Amino acid sequence: MKPAGFDYARPGSLDEALRLLGDNAGRGRLLAGGQSLGPMLNLRLATPELVIDIGRLRELQRVETTDGALVIGAGVCHADIEDGRVPDAAGGMLRRVAAGIAYRAVRNRGTIGGSLAHADPAADWPPVMIALGAELDIASARGRRRIPAADFATGVLATVLEPDEMIEAIRIPRAANAPRWGHYKIAAKPGDFAESLAVVVIHKNGAVAQAVLAGRSQVPIVLSETGRAIAGIRAWSSDQHAAIATGLDADLAQHGVDAQFSPEDRAIHLACVSRAAREAIAS
Amino acid sequence: MAKAGVGERLRRKEDERFLYGRGQYVSDIALPGMLHAVFLRSPHAHARIKSTRKPRGREARVFFAADLEGVKPIRSSPNFPGFKGADFPVLAVGKVRYAGEAVAMAVAESPAAAEDLLRDIEVEYEPLDAVMDMKRAVEPGSPRVHDEWTDNVFCEMRFDVGDFEAATKAAKHVVTRECRMNRQTPMPLEGRACLASHDRRTDEVTVYVSTQVPVPAQIGLSSFLGISQRRLRVISPDVGGAFGLKTFLDGETVAVTWAALHLGRPVRWIQDRYEHLVCDANCRDHWYRITGYANAEGKLLGIDCEAWCDTGAYSPWPWPAGIEAGTAPSNMQGPYDVQAVRARAMTVASNKPPVQPYRGVARPGVCFAHETLMDALALAVGCEPHEIRLRNLVRPEQMPYRTVSKKLLDSGDYPEAMRRAVQMIDVTAVRARQRRGEPDGRRIGLGFAAFYEQTAYGTGPFGYSAWGIELVPGLEPATARLTGDGELVVDVGVHSHGQGHETIFAQIASEILGIDPEKVTLRYGDTSISTAGTGTYTSRSTVSGGGAVATACKQLKAPIARIGAHLLQAKDSEVEVRDGRVFGPKGSVSFAEIGRAWYHHPEELPPNVDPQGLTAVAGYKAVDGGVFSYSAHGVVVAVDTDTGAVEILDYVIVEDCGRMVNPLLVEGQIIGGLAGGIGNALLEESVYDERGQPLSATLADYHVPGASSIPDVRIAHMETPSPFSEFGMKGVGESGAIGPPAAIANAVNDALCPLGAEILETPMTPKRVLAAIRAARERR
Repeated sequence: MKPAGFDYARPGSLDEALRLLGDNAGRGRLLAGGQSLGPMLNLRLATPELVIDIGRLRELQRVETTDGALVIGAGVCHADIEDGRVPDAAGGMLRRVAAGIAYRAVRNRGTIGGSLAHADPAADWPPVMIALGAELDIASARGRRRIPAADFATGVLATVLEPDEMIEAIRIPRAANAPRWGHYKIAAKPGDFAESLAVVVIHKNGAVAQAVLAGRSQVPIVLSETGRAIAGIRAWSSDQHAAIATGLDADLAQHGVDAQFSPEDRAIHLACVSRAAREAIAS
Repeated sequence: MAKAGVGERLRRKEDERFLYGRGQYVSDIALPGMLHAVFLRSPHAHARIKSTRKPRGREARVFFAADLEGVKPIRSSPNFPGFKGADFPVLAVGKVRYAGEAVAMAVAESPAAAEDLLRDIEVEYEPLDAVMDMKRAVEPGSPRVHDEWTDNVFCEMRFDVGDFEAATKAAKHVVTRECRMNRQTPMPLEGRACLASHDRRTDEVTVYVSTQVPVPAQIGLSSFLGISQRRLRVISPDVGGAFGLKTFLDGETVAVTWAALHLGRPVRWIQDRYEHLVCDANCRDHWYRITGYANAEGKLLGIDCEAWCDTGAYSPWPWPAGIEAGTAPSNMQGPYDVQAVRARAMTVASNKPPVQPYRGVARPGVCFAHETLMDALALAVGCEPHEIRLRNLVRPEQMPYRTVSKKLLDSGDYPEAMRRAVQMIDVTAVRARQRRGEPDGRRIGLGFAAFYEQTAYGTGPFGYSAWGIELVPGLEPATARLTGDGELVVDVGVHSHGQGHETIFAQIASEILGIDPEKVTLRYGDTSISTAGTGTYTSRSTVSGGGAVATACKQLKAPIARIGAHLLQAKDSEVEVRDGRVFGPKGSVSFAEIGRAWYHHPEELPPNVDPQGLTAVAGYKAVDGGVFSYSAHGVVVAVDTDTGAVEILDYVIVEDCGRMVNPLLVEGQIIGGLAGGIGNALLEESVYDERGQPLSATLADYHVPGASSIPDVRIAHMETPSPFSEFGMKGVGESGAIGPPAAIANAVNDALCPLGAEILETPMTPKRVLAAIRAARERR
């Protein structure tokens, strides 16, 4: 469990980091908090020739509030969000989610951009950003682009990032009224990777609801039918649970993942989505 | 501070170094010129090795089995009837028999460079079907782990005591349960580790090993390396947890010691967490079918039991394959007055790592079986689970009580422990709460477990000597020496790796000599300090090691008194040793003055002084069958029937481990054991796919309880002295870990009972809970 040899660079600016990444495309890996890359290096699951340490880049630590969005630098660590040093554009959800990531030592170092770029299906941030309709600012020495969080991950540990690209910032839309939200995470123990993680965000006085499901065995998926069912709910009752179950089954079938779930997997996901929905509706 | 003897809640002397991270473990020790060893491990659970090739130009730094000249395979063949031997090769020979088995060793200037070498070793395998399920393993046509065997059975033991036929005939209730305790791994913070170095001056090989058993490690290394014991010194420095895992001699330590001799340079190996989770997935893996025969009131008349253990590929040293399942039959009656037991114990080989005892040789599995049986019986009889136990527990007036399997339960009031647990958990209130229902819809369940813990057993006829195994416990030495400044050095053969011996043995010395525990140094974990003693396991150290310390300190009193009397110009009969001084009719002298006289001023000594001086060497022989602690656990859980999650709401433990040397440390042992037991019950499992690939190879996949998983347990003590030990002490190292799987399973099943669901498999993961609920629904 010792890494294979690699070169190490610590660029002093974002531009320099992007240039290094571009010059070493395919051979270099970015190191931010190191909470995922570190173990992967030790297990030799990752054997880059060059590790580019972006952990101290000030450009990635910025947090800005614009008219339409909260912009969080990719290098902001989970603990900064947990502790409220970053404004919460989601009415408290960001703090809740951050506090549930692993344990404090990991949150002190792990970054929001690193978590998104790593694209672990059971990670905490990806479904949250999808549900909030966030966008990701992608940078490379070639230029900048912006894509919806929903389009970012393409599979397990796979994203749309080109080898010379990195996430620069996350843009979370800000509305006049913070959305109502619900978040439920089922894990073997507190802080563990999620067996099931559901996020429900209700906008516009309940007219629109966005529901996203993720977990160890499931890359994040948008639950459109479930969202529609939730949007119509005014108050919670056991009928609503049944409506969500119907919606979820339709969504799982539509995404073609229903067959891979055992009845117990489905039950856990259903409980998770239902509880997130219930919290959002009650909030 | 002065005397702080037996019974004081003294804080641990060792805590400062541990809590500040200043312990000294094998990985903290580096020697000049040291090389680092790593091991190439089999990617297959079962395969033939077709060919091997070393990296070109680096052949001298890579070793296969054939290179280890003079090294013998680890052999551990007990006298179990029909036992089939299975040598545990230090490095694989011909075949690999579990994923993670060591195939080659590489040494280099750093661990990373050694791992680079591994990348360039070529091994061609011919994969074979893996034996992964112990029931299918015994069917005809199963692939065989060992080609030369006719089946996959290490041994089958049969056990029949009492009049079983009469019991079955008289029975009004017959209940049967099948239960499964899946494979897991003990989880010390520190993995295994060793560092070997050859001293040319003394021609001695010093081997630092993270072990619970320094002297047996020395003996084993001598046997398998083929070098004299006098040339081997084993030092076990601070050990970061062990739990049974570090009682066996691993092939890595043999290979590393060989390499240090062969290369003439110190060589160190530090097991990493991946290796630990894959290669040391080596405990539990039990299956039971247990049937209880009871009269109309639920009084158990007889027990019939099948106890199976999937014991992995090889027989490890010194605890052989067979002791896990083999321990079960004679303990199946638990703490109950049962007059007939019939059992069959099956020890089955598979393509998994060899099973080792983990915090209780088979104890948690046995307790799981007899305690889930008791709840099933309560259900059949229609009474409270604690009531069925009270009807069956051995009563205090029966003590000392000889079980039908000939164990002598020495002392205690078993029913009283259960009654106190009932009171503490408040059964009436829990039942009322269950009837009310929970606002969040979860279901409340109540569970109990009662058991004894056989501790500090000796060589006894029903103990290990009869089994012909390599490590028979029993005797334990101690040396006590008063220093020239009147302080005390105590040397023992038992090891301390969380038990707090540095504190409690100082308390025992203080109890006898009145010396301040702060002025006592305990030395251990070095075969040049203690040349005998078998180390720390089976809850033996406080009784046996502590008994030896007490004996040595008592012996030391005589020369201290005699010199003190002479200095006081009193008769020997007129003086008394207490509070670190010798008191005579007119005044007293301190231990420091006595030490000074012995070491610096022999002219002040009595003319007929015993030249043996201020050193006492003593030993302790534990009573053959051991002394029996006992306990009652009670737990309340909330089961979320939507998610399958189990939350522990309340946990109580009533414990009687005889006279407590330090109640604070007893509680520490119980709480630590409980944490392990909760992992066993709810979280920890070493999972494999059908081809034998380990799926729990990182801590992201193998779930260990965290601080938030452990409830604020409430502990109550009873303190019935043992008639058979110094001060009436009994061991308590395993107790906390034995009860939780049973108690928590009973609580979960109590919660699920209205749904007709039952779960008898650990860990009780959310998916297993949900599956049990679904199975019940589908049965209706």
